Amino acid sequence: MTVSESTTDALVRVRGLHFSHGPRVIYDGVDVDIARGKVTAIMGPSGTGKTTLLRIIGGQWRPNAGSVHFDGVDVHGLRRAPLYELRKRMGMLFQNGALLTDLTVFENIAFPMREHTQLPESMIRDLVLMKLEAVGLRGARDLYPSQLSGGMSRRVGLARAIALDPQLVMYDEPFAGQDPISMGVLMRLIRSLNDALGLTSIVVSHDVEEVLSISDQAYVIAGGKVLAHGTPEAIRNSGSPYVEQFLRGQPDGPVAFHYKAAPYAQDLMAGVRT
Amino acid sequence: MNGVWTVLSGMLQGLGRAQFFLVSILGAIPAALLRPRLLAQQVYAVGVMSLIIIVISGSFVGMVLALQGYRTLVDFGAAESLGVFVAIVIVRELGPVVTALLFAGRAGSALAAEIGLMRATDQLSGMEMMAVDPIKRVIAPRFLAGVIAMPLLAMIFALMAIGVAGGHAVGVDLLGVDDGAYWSQIHAKLHWDDIRDSLIKSVVFGAAVSWIAVYQGYHAAPTSEGVSRATTSTVVVSSLAILALDFILTAFMFR
Repeated sequence: MTVSESTTDALVRVRGLHFSHGPRVIYDGVDVDIARGKVTAIMGPSGTGKTTLLRIIGGQWRPNAGSVHFDGVDVHGLRRAPLYELRKRMGMLFQNGALLTDLTVFENIAFPMREHTQLPESMIRDLVLMKLEAVGLRGARDLYPSQLSGGMSRRVGLARAIALDPQLVMYDEPFAGQDPISMGVLMRLIRSLNDALGLTSIVVSHDVEEVLSISDQAYVIAGGKVLAHGTPEAIRNSGSPYVEQFLRGQPDGPVAFHYKAAPYAQDLMAGVRT
Repeated sequence: MNGVWTVLSGMLQGLGRAQFFLVSILGAIPAALLRPRLLAQQVYAVGVMSLIIIVISGSFVGMVLALQGYRTLVDFGAAESLGVFVAIVIVRELGPVVTALLFAGRAGSALAAEIGLMRATDQLSGMEMMAVDPIKRVIAPRFLAGVIAMPLLAMIFALMAIGVAGGHAVGVDLLGVDDGAYWSQIHAKLHWDDIRDSLIKSVVFGAAVSWIAVYQGYHAAPTSEGVSRATTSTVVVSSLAILALDFILTAFMFR
């Protein structure tokens, strides 16, 4: 499926992406446009390489073919130093928060500021407290990551991801394993931070209803291809049997319930013969 | 035959990767030197935290050497040479080698596990995405700390083994060797060359153990099994490397 040419104001433009992990093909010619200022959902079943897409956009992994442009810059054409410069304009929230375990919450958020700026300590303190206030964890600044719940870790990770005021924030499965309250908090934060700070957000998730409710556009990816894309409404009405199965969570359909195997009867009889 | 070739080519590939890794670490050393606080933290973690095991082991090795040495020397009426016997064995060989083996078990395994867990919990990827190079921020300071800490630990090991509670305690206080003879023989027969060679050995061992530990940790599979394998490999490969390097260095130092 090709992306319509009308979406010209894309912050991230992925074209003809091919990526393989050993013999396993993850992407087989994928085009994705991430519109500036919008929240874009990337959905698909586990193992379709949604996280891989974020790592490719961030330049951590190289595609076998195809290109990724961030604000007009070819991410994989960059050498190390300019790539690191480019990454200062991106923030990423990892699934488990990826907080540095030997630093407190405060120090974790101050970390990118201390590494990349010459700001005086008093200003760093103010900035960190502002970021923590935004995610509601100003009171948790002296805790260590091991003292945080899963939801709190992600909120700290989110505060750290926006520490350098990036243009793009990528969320890797932000809702996975969260209780309903924590999920609601994260959903509200992703949407409100995107609008308040003028960010562009990519949310990778398989929590269909939650992610569709906060996104402006969405992609459904499976089997290395984009199966559907458009507004959440368009995705819901796509008519594709696969998308239908995915959205409704049906156990059987185009994605079979059974893993590929020899016929059942033949398998059982083979056991009798031996 | 095919299997042997696969194993061999795998080993060569690993060696090549490790060399590239070392080059990138060495390139990041100037940046690590510019951050003395970070370096001091790591010297504390690998050096100071290894002190107890080094002090205790040094004392016991010195005591055993004094006991064994005395039994042989006393038959020749040369018990006064006990000090120089202990000192030469410790300074030339056992000091750097045993310290390095203990260092690999205590600090090397801890380094590999720490870095491996950082890999498994995406902390290294997180740094990369924050535009912070983990080689500069995490790996180079730890490598350098190992190179700095190892000779210091080897010196403390030697001091404990020869004097304080080691050879001196057993030889002089327990077996009655003359105190003056113990020290004056060391003074007369232990040369600066021996101390220099000992320091060279411990720096080389420190670099080898640190290199192996950070390499194993950094390239660990991001699973609990991967981290455990990295830790084990660090101790096994380091120990073999120390013994092999000791032979090579000693052969050169003999001349």
